[in-house]
Amino acid sequence: MTETLPGAAIPNPTDEAAINAAVDQAITAIAGAATLDELKAVRLAHSGEKSPLSLANREIGRLPKDQKALAGKLMGASRGRVNKALAERAEVLEAENDARILVEETVDVTAAPRRRRAGARHPLSTLQDRVADIFVGMGWEIAEGPEVESEWFNFDALNFKPDHPAREMQDTFFVEPPEAHLLMRTHTSPVQVRSMLEREVPIYVLCPGKVFRTDELDATHTPVFHQFEGLAIDKGLSMADLLGTLEHFTRQMFGEEAKVRLRPNYFPFTEPSAELDIFHPGAKGGPRWIEWGGCGMVNPNVLRAAGIDPDVYSGFAFGMGIERALMFRNEVADMHDMIEGDVRFSEHFGMEI
Amino acid sequence: MRIPLSWLREFAAVPAGATAEDVMEDLVKVGFEEEAVHRPTDTLQGPVVVGQVLSLVKEPQTNGKTINWCQVRVVPEGKEQTLTGEGIDPSGVQGIICGAHNFVEGDKVVVTLPGAVLPGDFRISARKTYGHLSAGMIASVRELGIGEDHDGILVLSRIGLDPEIGTDAMELLGLYDQAAEINVTPDRGYAFSIRGVAREYAHATGTAFTDPASRVQAPAELSGGYGVKLNDDAPIYGKAGCDRFVARTVRGVDATRPTPPWMVSRLRLAGIRSISLPVDISNYVMLELGQPTHCYDLDTLSGDIVVRRAAAGEKITTLDGKERTLDAEDLLITDDSGAIGIAGVMGGAATEVSDSTSNILVEAAHFDDVSIGRSRRRHKLPSEASKRFERGVDWQVAGIAAQRVVDLLVELAGGTADETGTDVGAAPDTVTIELPAGFAAERIGIDFTEDQITTSLEDLGAAVVKNDAGWTVTPPSWRSDLETKEDLTEEIARLVGYDKIPATLPVAPPGRGLTRVQQQRRRLIQALADAGLTEVLSYPFVSKAANDTFGVAKEGGARAALKLANPISEEHGYLRTSILPGLVEVAKRNHSRGFRDLALFESGLVFLPEGTLGTAAIPPLGARPADEVLDGLYDGVPNQPFHIAAVFTGHDSPAAAAHTPRAWDWADALDVARLAGDVLGVDLVVSQGSHQAFHPGRTARLALRTGETVGYAGELHPKLLAAADMPARSVALELDADALFEAAPDVIVARHISTFPVATQDVALVVPADVPADDVLAALREGAGELLEDVALFDVYAGKGIEDGKKSLAFGLRFRAADRTLTADEASAAREAAVALAAERFGAVQR
Repeated sequence: MTETLPGAAIPNPTDEAAINAAVDQAITAIAGAATLDELKAVRLAHSGEKSPLSLANREIGRLPKDQKALAGKLMGASRGRVNKALAERAEVLEAENDARILVEETVDVTAAPRRRRAGARHPLSTLQDRVADIFVGMGWEIAEGPEVESEWFNFDALNFKPDHPAREMQDTFFVEPPEAHLLMRTHTSPVQVRSMLEREVPIYVLCPGKVFRTDELDATHTPVFHQFEGLAIDKGLSMADLLGTLEHFTRQMFGEEAKVRLRPNYFPFTEPSAELDIFHPGAKGGPRWIEWGGCGMVNPNVLRAAGIDPDVYSGFAFGMGIERALMFRNEVADMHDMIEGDVRFSEHFGMEI
Repeated sequence: MRIPLSWLREFAAVPAGATAEDVMEDLVKVGFEEEAVHRPTDTLQGPVVVGQVLSLVKEPQTNGKTINWCQVRVVPEGKEQTLTGEGIDPSGVQGIICGAHNFVEGDKVVVTLPGAVLPGDFRISARKTYGHLSAGMIASVRELGIGEDHDGILVLSRIGLDPEIGTDAMELLGLYDQAAEINVTPDRGYAFSIRGVAREYAHATGTAFTDPASRVQAPAELSGGYGVKLNDDAPIYGKAGCDRFVARTVRGVDATRPTPPWMVSRLRLAGIRSISLPVDISNYVMLELGQPTHCYDLDTLSGDIVVRRAAAGEKITTLDGKERTLDAEDLLITDDSGAIGIAGVMGGAATEVSDSTSNILVEAAHFDDVSIGRSRRRHKLPSEASKRFERGVDWQVAGIAAQRVVDLLVELAGGTADETGTDVGAAPDTVTIELPAGFAAERIGIDFTEDQITTSLEDLGAAVVKNDAGWTVTPPSWRSDLETKEDLTEEIARLVGYDKIPATLPVAPPGRGLTRVQQQRRRLIQALADAGLTEVLSYPFVSKAANDTFGVAKEGGARAALKLANPISEEHGYLRTSILPGLVEVAKRNHSRGFRDLALFESGLVFLPEGTLGTAAIPPLGARPADEVLDGLYDGVPNQPFHIAAVFTGHDSPAAAAHTPRAWDWADALDVARLAGDVLGVDLVVSQGSHQAFHPGRTARLALRTGETVGYAGELHPKLLAAADMPARSVALELDADALFEAAPDVIVARHISTFPVATQDVALVVPADVPADDVLAALREGAGELLEDVALFDVYAGKGIEDGKKSLAFGLRFRAADRTLTADEASAAREAAVALAAERFGAVQR
């Protein structure tokens, strides 16, 4: 700015050297402008109305005719050079300015607050859906029923004799008054009975849900837990069909390496009956066999209770615990975690399982 | 059932080196789950030897106690001590300090030498004490882990032993034996015996089996014995309470003789404490053959034994010293004096064997499983005997078991058996089962050979006859559980091996996928989780007070709730009528763990009994009940709708740098309730509500268009929050989700989407303060007509410039026509029509 001295001599528009000197002076000033504000002052000084070049330009009118053309050409080119330099410098400074603003707007992204709550499903509920989806994929239906049940659906219809020890071994919660014969279902098998009564054969249903036993809560027991039971009634079903179904399911659930093993056992509602072990390839501490539930061929008395002819149809049934699956699949070590409702438990799983 | 391996080996070929684990691995294949291993050597290691006390010097101590400084010979005189190690005296005599006083010089005792380890990781070493170097310990039965008695050390002569000095005492006391504990399913009573398990072990391993019953020489017939009458005048289900009673007499026994250590050891490993020789013999035979027996002191009996039902109110003092009042259904053993035992459950105190008993009457009877089970439950008297009778005892084995008890009393207690005996009753009808050819193969999926079927059934002990249609099978007397062709099929599959079953995948008929309600339920749960709420689960057991507080009240008082007959805790003895009590508990638990900003939800059934509860009678099993009976069963099951509820406490997000969390308020609860309606496509009508658990001025009642209430949302009652120690201003909601599912539209009809420009107009209306904003909005919507696309409340104002008792509501109206661009006049006219209706209904004045 110091180059634009007020009252400096007006260069002669025909004096090429003087004009070039003014242009050079302007270009030096433009290049030296460090900010847009400085450039504005430079523009005023070197291309404003009072600038030497503008003033010189104005002098052209006073020149003799024969000099006008030459002076006009010289001044046009000279002012063009200055304007071009101004435009170029302005562009550079504006870009610098924009970039600086963006730099100044930098935030610490690592300090971002969580404004939204990430919700979470309870893993038992997620796992239950996963199991149901596998069976739905096999063409099975999902059936549900009440948690407070008539004793008949929970026991008698399932061939539990009134005085048999097996009935007591179910550790049943009874509902008052006793003469109403109501109880908290001890398994989801009453839903199987309801399914058989309500549907036409063939029947392929999965019955997931809450069940109740009078166990005190400890690391591996809870009075309220979740089961899924399957029931298939069709012509000619065999224990091989049961095994095949369980194998298919466990492979979907635990991977192609998973296997199923049956061991003899006793249940009033199945004959033959079996205990079901699964070979879990992903088990903590290495692949191993894990006890998971019971199964067998539906006892003919159960079919009769539902009005299905056991001489025409046969069926298989199985039942597994969801809590137990969560324990060995997801390494939940203590039942308390599943039932206490500590938000850390559900939130750790989020929507996944 | 615990199986001592030494006992099992008597009847089955168990390999010499087999452990309890090995045996359990074999038994699991035939259906006995492993429970535990009982092995004394897991906690007891030698050297533990027989020693003789050579000298005993009593040394009084300053603390008032007297200790014995003993010299104990642990190697026979003239022989060398072969043991070496620190504290082992090469002379064969150990100096040992002993605090017990129940022995004298010359007694043979059990010496745990330095280097031995006793249960509780108690390591024996030579140590200085009371001024001597005590090199070992003279052991009590408790220190050896074989009994409770700690009053003194074990003096071997008192258990009838006089072994050579230096004998391995662990061998002597049977401590190298071990037991496998297996779980026996309730159908297999026969497996509550060494006899039954040995047979199963043979099935599992294919090795030889000797029936323990076959080793007993019992007379084919008995007569002239003690008088016994079976007088059951009230059989249950028509089955006699006692259908066999064998009585034998042994005279001149010495009941005080010690039980031999081998028997004590086996009983102990089997989980039964040694009591007295006659009782131990009775228990031993029960474990071996599965037949409970009872020994009476013959001289305390008077007159014939009569087995009959009790008279109501009749009393008996049982072996445990308790007087019990009997029920008319209890089956009793009686004599002229009255009841001398509850049949199959527990004997009476008056006739029990004592040290002074010299003549014994042995009972081996067969009782009805149902009758025994009922008495056991009635008197809460689970016993080893009742456990077996309830699960079925071999009718045929009673006489053999009685003979075995007699033989052992003669052999070990020095008695003489009477030649005479009693055996009354009638054998049950023989059961035969027809097993059609091909049935087992079809049911299992294995193409069994005829030989596999015959051999399997014969191995069980069944009589098998092949005929044209298949097989006629007579199960053995100890398998009362085998009744049907399915039972036999299981046995064949079990013996051939479940591991031989192939896998085939049956194809279900084409399915329908999840039902509508199942999809709705999933969507609802997922929507709440997606909205940032955390799903939890709680128990449905609540207090009466919780139900009264949170349940939706019925007109005229609190709603009825179901009460449990046997709750885990009396405090939580009711079934929930609302999900909120459990959620509030969960919220409190999270608070106590330092989590105060919560948004929790739970879904599940609530229990709302109405009308008839249950049915007085239960139809029998094995047959489909008549339709009206079934209807009764269905109708008696209480209403259990699926609810969803949420509780919010604290703030909507964690406090953070550059972020101020917002405190949850009543509107959040209402918002989530509306979201629930939105995701199901159900329009929820909001109005001021009233619910005892909620703030009287901040409660929204949620209803369907039909007017049916489906839930509440708002701020929980301040008093309730204070009482529950919950943060003030906590909010909650609960919805009857089943009612929402039901109200959801089957088909949603599309609306025309107009692409013409929108015209927006705002309007501020002054109305009385108590007019609900939603009602004004509804009036505007109705008044504006079909050009109105949307209307929203964007401001509520009261105060300066507004008359007292009034408020100003500002609405934004958005107009659009389906077929043209609206003019400003058209939009204004519609707006005026809207305002006019609001003015008419509520006296609304435009500001």
